This record gives sequence, C-alpha cells and structure tokens, in this order.
Amino acid sequence: MSLLARLTEKSWEPASDRDDVSGRPSAGAVGLSAYVAVACVMFSLLTAAYFMRRGLHSAMGHAGDDWLPMPDPPLLWINSAILVASSIAWEIARRAGERDRAVQASIAGAALGLCFLIGQWLLWRHYQAAGYFLSSNPANAFFYLLTALHGLHIVGGLVAAGWALAARDLRHIRLCALYWHFLLLIWLLLAGLLVST
Amino acid sequence: MATTLADDLRPLHHPHSWVTKYVWSQDHKVIAIQYSVTAISIGLVALVLSALMRLQLGFPGMFPAIQPDNYLQFVSMHGMIMVVYLLTALLLGGFGNYLIPLMVGARDMVFPFVNMLSYWLYLLSVIVLVAGFFVPGGPTGAGWTLYPPQAISEGTPGHQWGIATMLVSLAIFVAAFTMGGLNYVTTVLQARTKGMTLMRMPLSVWGIFTASVMGLLAFPALFVAAIMMLFDHFAGTSFFMPTMQSMGKITPTEGGSPLLFQHLFWFFGHPEVYIVALPAFGIVSDLISVHARRNIFGYRMMVWAIVIIGALSFVVWAHHMYVSGMNPYFGFFFATSTLIIAIPTAIKVYNWLLTLWRGDIHLRVPMLFAIAFIFTFIHGGLSGLFLGNVSVDVPLSDTFFVVAHFHMVMGVSPVLVIFGAIYHWYPKITGRMWNDTLGKLHFWITFLGVYAIFLPMHYLGILGVPRRYYALGETAFIPQSVHLANEWISIAALIVFAAQGLFFFNMIWSLFRGPKADPNPWGAASLEWQTPQTPPAHGNWGPHLPTVYRWAYDYSVPGAPRDFIPQTEPRA
Repeated sequence: MSLLARLTEKSWEPASDRDDVSGRPSAGAVGLSAYVAVACVMFSLLTAAYFMRRGLHSAMGHAGDDWLPMPDPPLLWINSAILVASSIAWEIARRAGERDRAVQASIAGAALGLCFLIGQWLLWRHYQAAGYFLSSNPANAFFYLLTALHGLHIVGGLVAAGWALAARDLRHIRLCALYWHFLLLIWLLLAGLLVST
Repeated sequence: MATTLADDLRPLHHPHSWVTKYVWSQDHKVIAIQYSVTAISIGLVALVLSALMRLQLGFPGMFPAIQPDNYLQFVSMHGMIMVVYLLTALLLGGFGNYLIPLMVGARDMVFPFVNMLSYWLYLLSVIVLVAGFFVPGGPTGAGWTLYPPQAISEGTPGHQWGIATMLVSLAIFVAAFTMGGLNYVTTVLQARTKGMTLMRMPLSVWGIFTASVMGLLAFPALFVAAIMMLFDHFAGTSFFMPTMQSMGKITPTEGGSPLLFQHLFWFFGHPEVYIVALPAFGIVSDLISVHARRNIFGYRMMVWAIVIIGALSFVVWAHHMYVSGMNPYFGFFFATSTLIIAIPTAIKVYNWLLTLWRGDIHLRVPMLFAIAFIFTFIHGGLSGLFLGNVSVDVPLSDTFFVVAHFHMVMGVSPVLVIFGAIYHWYPKITGRMWNDTLGKLHFWITFLGVYAIFLPMHYLGILGVPRRYYALGETAFIPQSVHLANEWISIAALIVFAAQGLFFFNMIWSLFRGPKADPNPWGAASLEWQTPQTPPAHGNWGPHLPTVYRWAYDYSVPGAPRDFIPQTEPRA
C-alpha cells in the first residue's frame, strides 16, 4: 500500500479498510530510522554551520578570514580504516544465519568500534601535542566538536550492542549493524569535510 | 519490550509495587500525568513572572524590589519556560503520552522504558532550569532567544552561570524530547490496532504525530546551538563570538558569527511555533466535532493541511531575522514562504467554521474554549500577515505589536485549547466530573481577560513602544495614553492571573468531591472513550485489543439509533 494511497483514503466511506497490520516493519526498525533522521539533521546543521563559519557565505556578510586548516595526520586514515573494518564485521553479523556466528562477528565489530574510539582519543592527543587547541582556531573547535559528537554516537552504539549481545537477539544485532553503517557513513562524510578544508 | 499490537499481555511490563506503579512507572498514562503536573508547575512559575513584569510595566517605580536586571530575567525565563517547558512538554509529553496509545488502540507506547527515561530527563532539565534562579547572578536575562554575544557578555544579567544552567537544561530537554518523540512517532506508525488506518485516526493524533516529527527534526538545531554556545562560554572558542570591546577591553574571541546562532536558533524556533500549534489544531478539531455533533468538515484536507504546515514551517525561519543584518534578498524568499503558510492555515480555520455551521452545538466548557481558540487564533494569524512582510515588519520589529501577535497566536491560542482539552478529557483521566459553573466562570474571565490584555498591546506597538524595556521614561513619541493603557493591561492581567485559581480549585476539588463521571459523557466516537474501565486500567483494553471499523467522526449519522457511532461498532 503506497503512502499516497494511504493518505488519500476516504475513511468515511464504508469500503475503506486498507491497513494490513501484519505487513508493518518492527517497532525497533521504525524507531531506528527515526533516530537516524534526527542524527542526520544534527550533523547536517553542524556542516552548514561549518561552512558558514568558514566564510563561504560571504554574500551573507560573514567574513570568517581567521580559519586556519588543520593537517591530516596518518592516524586519521588508520582510524577510518578501523571503523570500516568494524562495519564489515557488523555486516557479517547482520548476514549470519545462525546466532553464534552473529554474536562472534558483532563482538569483533564492537571491539573494533572501541579501538576506533581509542584511536580518536589518540588523535586528539596528537593534535593537542602539536598545538592545535580547541580555542585557538574555529577549524580546531569544529574538529573537536564534530569528533566528540560522533564519538558519543559510537558510545551509544556500543551500549546498544552490549544490550543486544546480552539478549543474544538476532533482530537487535541486525539493527545495531545498520546503525553502525550509518555511523560509518557519517564519519566518512565528516572526515571528508575535515580533510578537504 | 512491550508487544503492543498482539492480543497478548505477557510481554507487557507489569508494575509490582507502588513505586514502579506511580514513580518509576512505564505506563503511558502515569507518565502523561507526571509530564503534565511538572509542566503545569513550572508554567505557574512563568505565570508569576509575567504578573511581576506587568506590575513593573503598569506601575513603574512602585515596586523597588523589581530592578532592571530582574525585569530582564523575568522576561527571559517567562518566555523560555512557557514555550519549551510548559507548552511543548504539556502538549506532547502530556497529551501525546495520554492520547496516542488510547486513540490508536495500543496497550502502551512501543518503548515504555525509553518513555519513562524521557520523563525523568525532562524533570532533570526542569530542575537545572530552576537552579538558574539560585546560582550567583541569577538566571539569564538575555531574552528567551539567548542571542550571543550579549547572552554571555558582561553587562547581561546571569551572563556567567544563569546562561550556563539555561543551555545545559535545554540540551537535557532536547535529549528527553527525542526519547519521547521517537516513542510517539513509532507508536503511531507501528502500533495502531486492527482497522485503524492512518486516515481513521482522530485529528488530535495527526497533530501530535506531525508535531513530534517536527520536534525530532527541529530540536537538534537548538541542541547544536546550545552546545556551541557552551563551548564559546567555557572553552573560549569563537563559534558565535565576534571581536568585541567589552568594558573597555578587547575580548580574546574573534571572527565568530552571531548571525550563525540566529539561524540555528530560528531553524528550531520557527518549527517550535508549529510544534505547539499543530497538537492544538488537532485537539481543537476533535473538540469542535464532538461538541457540535458533526463530522469534521474536510477531514482529508485537515490532515493534509497539518502535514503541509509542518513541512512549510521548516523554510520560514528567517522571517524572525528581517532586522538582523542578513542579506536583504533572503527577506523576499522568507516573506513569500511565510505568506504561503497562510493558505493551509486558512483552510483549517474555514473547516472549523464549516464544522460548526448548522451543527448541534453544545456550549459546554470544552466547546467554549474551542470556539474561543478560533477567535484568538484568527486575530493572532491576521497580525502575522503584517509581520510576515518585510517592509511592515521593519518598523514593527521589537515593539509591543510583536508581543501582542505571538501571545495571541502561540500563547493564548494553545493555552485555550489546553484548557478545553483538560476539561474535555478530565472525566476519562480521573473518572470524575468538574463543576460546570466554576468552569464557565473560569472561561469567561480568561477569554475576555486575554483580549483586555493583548488587544491594547497592538496599539502600543503601532505607537512604537519597544518590548523588553524595563521602563519607558520620558520620551517624545510616547503619549500619556500609553501609560494609561499599560495600567489597564496590568490590571486585566492580574485579574486573569487570579482567575486561574478557579481552574486549579475546580480540578483539585473535583478530583475528590466531583460526581462520578459517565465513561463517555460527551457521546464521543473516538477510541479513548470506549475503554472497558474509566479511568483506563493498565494495558488499556482488557484481554482483547479493540477492532476499528470506521473513522472517528460518525456523528449525527442519518438512521443511526444514537447521534454518534463509536469507532468499534461494526458495519451493519
């Protein structure tokens, strides 16, 4: 039943009853999609703010000529690779037919996710040591803000993963895997943003 | 996890003790009442603040306890509390929680634990907000819009700690709302009972659902803005802070964009207006239809109008910023999009009037409030047409005309609907009936009173009286009539303020002494009035979920034995 057909139903007419209860996606899937939309809006707004603060909207009267780009250390690429590997492990878990294999793969995925977080921490330390402090430049401020918010989402994902693993529930593991892919996508876009500017 | 759709009570959470039943409760009805009581309590604080403001404006100099700093703090806290912590929390956390599962035929929200968490985080945000009154320097006096750089610069009341508690409280509120909002949206999409198609849902659910979706998409902007301002305040970044001279010193910040904050704030702030308005639109449609014993006129158009208003409200935000110094070409776009919103809104107003037309109108207290809403909303909407145009807005900006406009359209109007809704659903929620005479007295004083307060403010605004000013003093353009009008507005405001005591007395007294209510005292067709018990028991529906056979508006159907047919009644 298409959305258009649902929204044009003449519900006051006797013949109307077009709702198949059994065909609905699970509550978890609906809730996850809604949350992904929320997080998308949040990161999109931050990206818009990033460009605006950087001074690309000169037509709007924003000078922003104080922007000093940050270097791209190798650790950035190593962390990204770890997160890609983590997502691959979660994909294996998502496709696994039997529970044990799914649990093993998701443990690997979560462990790699933890490694990514540690890597991000090291990246912060690296920048700090090189003198790129939070308040010294808007580019740095955005970098710390974006990585912190993305890191918080990873932490949330790890909590959800722990919950799914404790329940050993295949449906939960699959939802976790989808969330993980979303976080990878966000990270790749954020890393692209940080590297390209 | 609660399986809300299946006819199976086993997976549903069950409270075992008084604490899990009434305190750490996962039942949507208890959470709804917790949300409502908290929201109304903090709303009373904001009401007192408005009374204090009116004392100062009506009788300047007579109350030495109200200093300019205090006045600014009252303005700021009154605005933020009313918009976010009262209206949003009450309409979505309160009515959304109570009505959605009952109206769509579910046993509970789909994620009851997250729902409980949502309330406790909301309570935490309120506590942090109230803490602002007790920190050194008091709460923020930056205005409810919290514009930087002044919000965190020396000279603004509460620039040190008051603003910090406000921003932290808002961030917590957003997290709380997101948890609740995910529940409301998912429950509507996933847990409707058999036969409850999307277009058979009452308009209340449509309004609350659309507002929840909007809240989920708009509140992140507030969250991001609050976090970035906290960084600016405590970590010395300059997202929003430009190079400034403050108290004779050049500040260390440079290059930040105050306009960026305004864009983020109003990307949240404008949808927020409709987050408050759409549930009110939905609820008032149901009140009008039930008490006029007529099906709602143009049901499909009403649903589409709600959705279209929700979508359009994301592309109008900069109409709050015509005088902010943004590119003037933006004004053209945003004025156009703003005026386009008038079309679906007008459709809704016409449909309410056409529902009343030749209806069997019962002027009970909820209906009085519903009709009063149509008055105040039309008035507030018409002054919005003035302010939506750049050339008219520029001279009226930051005057009392703006205050009059938004109080009529998004202050008074939703509050009247909330009163109507409380009177309407009180018998279902408590199982008791309130006192009719007290209710009517409360209505008439409130309705006539808000006109006495806000109608003269349009006049003040056209004269150019600025808003947010502690005192007007001696100025050439302000005639004596302004001071007279201010006195009368204040007197009317204090009377309306006192009259709310009638409402609270009525609600609390009736809770214990009110006569037992009929399970369906208004003869309403929608599902929440068809529960096996009144008030509805845990799990709402007894052993079997209801099945829905028709829409929620079968009133005065020719040939039917009664003047309404419940949604659960099968077709002949």
